[in-house]
Amino acid sequence: MSNRTVADLKPGEIARIKSFSDQWASIKLLEMGCLPGEEVCLHCKAPMGDPICLNVSGYCLSLRRAEAATILLEGE
Amino acid sequence: MASSSTLALIGNPNAGKSSLFNQLTGLRQKTGNFPGVTMDKKSGTCQLTPTTPITVVDLPGVYSIYPKSPDEQLVTDILANPRHPDYPDVAVVVLDASNLRRNLLLFTQIMDLHVPVVLALNMLDVAKQQQQDVNAVRLSMRLGVPVVRINARTGEGVELVKKAVLQQLEEPIVAESLFFDPETDPVLAEALAAGKPGLLAETKAQYGLDNSYLALQYVIQHDGFTFLNRQQREGLDVLIDSYQFSEPAFQVRETIRRYELIAGVITDAVTSNRPVGQPTWSQKLDRFLLHPVWGYVIFGAILLLIFQAIFAWATPFQDAIDEGIAWINGSLKDGLPPGPLSDLLTDGVIVGIGGILVFIPQIALLFLLVSLLEESGYMSRVMVLMDRIMRKFGLNGRSVVPLISGVACAVPAIMATRAIASRRDRLITILVTPLMSCSARLPIYTILIALVVPDRRVGGLFNLQGLALMSLYLLGLVSALGAAWVFKKLLKTKERSLFVMELPTFKWPRWNHVGLTVWESVRSFVWEAGRVILAISIVLWVLASYGPGNQMEQAEARVRQQHQGKPITDDVANAIAAQRMEASYAGHFGHFIEPAIRPLGYDWKIGVALLASFAAREVFVGTMSTIYSIGAGNTEDNPTIRQRLQNERNPETGGPRYTPAVAWSLLVFYVFAMMCMSTIATTYRETKGWTWPLVQLGYMSVLAYVSALITYLILK
Repeated sequence: MSNRTVADLKPGEIARIKSFSDQWASIKLLEMGCLPGEEVCLHCKAPMGDPICLNVSGYCLSLRRAEAATILLEGE
Repeated sequence: MASSSTLALIGNPNAGKSSLFNQLTGLRQKTGNFPGVTMDKKSGTCQLTPTTPITVVDLPGVYSIYPKSPDEQLVTDILANPRHPDYPDVAVVVLDASNLRRNLLLFTQIMDLHVPVVLALNMLDVAKQQQQDVNAVRLSMRLGVPVVRINARTGEGVELVKKAVLQQLEEPIVAESLFFDPETDPVLAEALAAGKPGLLAETKAQYGLDNSYLALQYVIQHDGFTFLNRQQREGLDVLIDSYQFSEPAFQVRETIRRYELIAGVITDAVTSNRPVGQPTWSQKLDRFLLHPVWGYVIFGAILLLIFQAIFAWATPFQDAIDEGIAWINGSLKDGLPPGPLSDLLTDGVIVGIGGILVFIPQIALLFLLVSLLEESGYMSRVMVLMDRIMRKFGLNGRSVVPLISGVACAVPAIMATRAIASRRDRLITILVTPLMSCSARLPIYTILIALVVPDRRVGGLFNLQGLALMSLYLLGLVSALGAAWVFKKLLKTKERSLFVMELPTFKWPRWNHVGLTVWESVRSFVWEAGRVILAISIVLWVLASYGPGNQMEQAEARVRQQHQGKPITDDVANAIAAQRMEASYAGHFGHFIEPAIRPLGYDWKIGVALLASFAAREVFVGTMSTIYSIGAGNTEDNPTIRQRLQNERNPETGGPRYTPAVAWSLLVFYVFAMMCMSTIATTYRETKGWTWPLVQLGYMSVLAYVSALITYLILK
């Protein structure tokens, strides 16, 4: 199963970014340090599960579920 | 040469740019505008040596030179255009050492534009805590630029920054080769192999550029470059088409390639044993502050605290100012020879100034609390907390800051919408922000509530007047959200919005920043708004003191005739003054619009105040004081404006003029009415046209009139 995205992460779970499914959104995400091969960890979710807060490259990034769903994760 | 040099401060948000700005300039700073755009420009002077001053310009924080929102556009506009008046001779780029990789992305882009740079390495202490060690010498060697270690909070290393800047001014060092050379990219190199001169080579030739990376910016960003004319932009479109170049795809390639190159620099210059996340205490705090229950409870409590501060804590100061003004006015009246000039000074100018000064405690407290929230990092948590809810109404998490600031003043609030990247979300936020009850409405609320709501506690805890006030603020908030929802339905768009935002770690507020913010907001209120209010107060006093022909004298004669033979008591004097007032120009104005406002329960005196406050609602209370002090000019004591309103009678019923129905109708009117020239002007500037300010004025006026009418009819 390698179709998981950052939106599917559970709090505290660590995963590695594989690629992006949306070029337009990926520009901003890349600039913010979400790179393929980078380790991310779901830090916490806002009430109702959206937006989410993600630990990436040493800082905390908040993004909406819809945006998180464009970040594909490497399978186990 | 040096006297006209410019230093630009650039960096990621939260990297410590503003701290360094304050360290460099101290109090020698001012807020102005960037030419052509209405961005606030923070600039100041710094003495590099006792004889070499330099102008320091603080640019908005950005993550890359590809802008995502209007305030980010500015940085690129300046750096890509050497003829821009603010184009820097030296750029000091502030980097957060604890997050060096991401910060280097922006830095290498700026370096590649061949601006002489100084790299200011900040937050080394934070990096140290996270077990990272940055070697500044290696960093400098790898990048080929001067690197300075600083601590912007304490001011450590600021002298070294000055020295490095001076050196860059005298003998600019620019890295010889580009950090990322777009021409080596396989996509662009392909064309060369096919025998074409190359997209960037052609761009450079046609536009007289010698830097490939700048040429790339022309290619990718020309639509946003205001310094290019239409022909030049279209020329670039033709070029791009002929090479079938895809801008977004190339941006992705550039960013990934840059990070690859930066990774090499990092391995060389940084030793790190750091875990993935932020420090644990900050994370724990986040789980609590973003908790589905506690998150909202805490946010609600903080909002309550803000209201408590504005309403309760500010009151003693305001009362003191109010009484002080009444006392000064009284003693001046006693001391000065009677005559029109003394009247103008006391009832016109002093009362007008008093109307401005009473705002200061509230504005200062509000900006104090809001800037504390921003400084500590809590404000970005609020954005995350509220994004989902705000989205339902066509807004987004970033709209929270404008809406909260709107409680102080809609003008800075509307300017704060520039951080919203989505055009539609931004427009809707601009349109509804003035519905948030700003501090200018507060005196109106305070006075009218004090007139009709008893000062009593209910349930032993809440003050009835406080609750009434809070309900007005809630009415404003609910209607702002409702209006946003309606606009969301009306304004359809295909544009996508992004909400990708850094959550900074919690920090102790920098008190000098907080102090500067409060000082700046109070100063600009007193100066900018104060001038308008004062001018209107004086004009109004003239209009109320003079009338067409000798109507005022006739009115006075009539009253005297009625009371002939009796001693001139206070009552008679008041009746004379009131009749004179009615016969004045202002009285005529009031009578002229009375038919339109009679359904709302207002009389001509309120009409005068409404008209006067059309330019700025804060004038309402000032006008009321002017009108009623003219009406009671001869009394011995000088009661405060509240007492004067309380004593005002309705000639038709004999009861109080300000019945609950009238007062509430006025209150509701002021919740909704867009009575503020500055806001209209700001909306015009921010939306670049008259359409939206007119839409805003129109919908708010209709809302105000209809709601006030309904309120009056229900309560009558």
